[in-house]
Parts: sequence; C-alpha cells; structure tokens
Amino acid sequence: MNLISLFIMSFLTENIVLTKFLGICPFVGTSSKEKSAVGMGIAVTLVVTISAILTYFLYYYILVPTNTEYLKTLSFVLVVACMVQSLEMLIKKQNPKLYKSLGIYLPLITTNCAVLGILLLNISNKYSFLEMLVYSIGSSLGFTFVIYIFSTIRENLSRREVPSCFRGYPIALITASIMALLFARYIGI
Amino acid sequence: MKTIKNGIIHENPVFVLLLGLCSTLAITTKFENAYVMGICVTIVLVLSNFIVSLIHKLIPTSVKTPVYIIIIATLVTILELLLQYYAKDIYDVFGIYLPLIVVNCIILGRALAVASKQNVWKSTLDGVGIGIGYTLALMVVASIREVFGNNTITLMDSISTLTGYRAIYRIFPENNFIPMQILISPAGAFLVLGILMAIFNAVRKGGKHESN
Repeated sequence: MNLISLFIMSFLTENIVLTKFLGICPFVGTSSKEKSAVGMGIAVTLVVTISAILTYFLYYYILVPTNTEYLKTLSFVLVVACMVQSLEMLIKKQNPKLYKSLGIYLPLITTNCAVLGILLLNISNKYSFLEMLVYSIGSSLGFTFVIYIFSTIRENLSRREVPSCFRGYPIALITASIMALLFARYIGI
Repeated sequence: MKTIKNGIIHENPVFVLLLGLCSTLAITTKFENAYVMGICVTIVLVLSNFIVSLIHKLIPTSVKTPVYIIIIATLVTILELLLQYYAKDIYDVFGIYLPLIVVNCIILGRALAVASKQNVWKSTLDGVGIGIGYTLALMVVASIREVFGNNTITLMDSISTLTGYRAIYRIFPENNFIPMQILISPAGAFLVLGILMAIFNAVRKGGKHESN
C-alpha cells in the first residue's frame, strides 16, 4: 500500500479513537483541558513510536522463530510498561521542566489501550517495517489531533447550559458521536 | 450480596465508573458479542482479583502495577488460547479487542483499588459484581444497537460451533421498519452510550435535589 495513503488513512479516515474506539479512557478522561490533551498526545506519540519499533523486532525476530506467537500480548504489555518507566526516568533526569508538564501523563499510558492496540494492529495487519512505522506515527498523531479538537469543544461546552443529567460524560460522548460522523466523511479523500 | 449489588448499580463500571469503554463501544454491534465479551472479562476479573488479593502482601509497593499487569496478561493469554481452540469464530470476531482486555482499565483498576486492600472472599465477590454489572451494561448497549440498527437480535451465531445452535431473530416486521444504520456505525456507539449514561444519571439521582 502507498505510504502516503496509509498515513492519511491512519490519521483521518480510520482514526483509532473514532472508528476503533482505542484510547477512549484518556479521550474522555483527560481531555477536558486543552493543555493536558496536548501533553497526553505527545507522550502517547513518543511511547507508541519507540515501542512499535521494539515490538516489531521482538515479534519477527524472537517470537516467530521460536513459535511462541501466543506470548505477544504478554510481551508487548511488558515492553510498553518498561518503555514508559524508562522514558519517565530519562525525561526526569534530562529535562526536569519537560517532566513537570509531561510527567503525570506517562504512567497513565501503560493502561492506555491505544498504545497496545496500535502495536497489536501492526502485527495483525502484517505491515512491513516501513508501513508499520508510518501507521504507528499516523495513528498516534491522529489520536493527538482528535483529543485536541475534542478538548477545545469541551472547554467551550463547560461554559454552556447543559441539562443536568447530560452534564459531564454523557454530553462528551454525544459530541464524540458527532465527531465520528464527520470523520467518517473523510473517506472520500 | 451487597458487594455484588454495589458492582451492578452504584459502581457500574460502564455507566458510573466509565471504565473499559473501548470494548463497550467496539464490540457491541451484536448482542452475542456483548455477553461473550462480558463473560470473558468477568472470568479474568474474578481470577485476577482472587490472585491479587492472595499475594498482594508479598509484592513491594513500588512494583505493584507491573506485577498486576503481568498477572492479568497471563490470564488473558490463557483465555485467548482457549477461545482460539474451542471457539475460533468468536476469536476472529473479537480480533484485537480480546488481547486488549489486558489494558481494560476495569481489571487493573479493581486490582489496585479493591483486591490489594480487601480479603480474598470480598475481592472475589467484588469481581463477580463488577463483572455482572459490566456484562449487563454491554448487553443493554448491544441490544439497542442491534435491534434498532439492524432489526435483528443475535443470541448465538459465532459461538454456534461451541453450542451447536444458531439463533438469530428478527424483531420488527420487515416491511414497515427501516433500520437506523447509524447505530451500527462507530458514531452510533458513542450516541447510544451517551444517552444511556444520561438516563442512568437521571434515574440514579431521581428525586434528589440538585446542588446549585
């Protein structure tokens, strides 16, 4: 598949949040503020890209030759957890300022299904190394993009009059539904 | 009994705690998928709560989360292998959402919040309650989406290799009902869950006076 169309597909038309429902927890949880949404997005992009490369080699050069593909879930989770932990330590040491703004989002990533989801999709779609790289970066940027748009809408919504039972998460989900409708229309590109 | 009821109503994982939404939204296009996923999650949840509450005193606090994740991932891998062998069709339908049970926040959340604090019996029961609450929520969402979006209700289709029966029913007469296809699409998933959550909020708060 053409790499550019793969990028557009993963970024817009098959956005992981709005069509595959990955990363919904941070999507509705942390996205009520613009700044935290961007922080979360950058952290996810970083972790996904690095761990995608690691898991690619882990899967095709260790698990497949030894016939232990069934261990992929377990090993991928471990890779993500280690990644997150070491990235956290590294940033803390190298750039305390960045750590202050990004640090709180890092531990949350371990249980962010977008991360593990992208890694598993890379394998189940049988991507080559380059495709895998493009898909991972595209998807995680797509995640950042959507979570950012969503946070700006929600900041606006919080100042509006919403029926009491819809306040908070229900209205957020309905907003997400409208966004999903819009994104589905990008398929023409 | 009280613990179980708590898991179904006051701490319903989907409608109140807002955990495990990925699978709630993704696989609820068919009624069948909903309860099979519900059962899978319940099994993993009960077992992980049981194991965690047994060994939590042995684990140093600093490595608590990684150890719990490994326990959960092991359980999920076992489940994956079993399903792949006994019910290949449903395994294919779930695709990546089966391994994603590992990062379903409900399971890790309960392990950290309940199982590592309570005794074995209580945390196992909590697992049962939360599991049932999760399954019921999935079933409600799925039945609305499938009945109104596709005019069918699938009780057994992909798992028919396991049970030997197939059961797909049509609900409304064909000629005077147009299915709302949006409900089957991703947008419909968000919409149904949002509205259900609002109804759940309204009912739960019902009667109580609103502050401010």
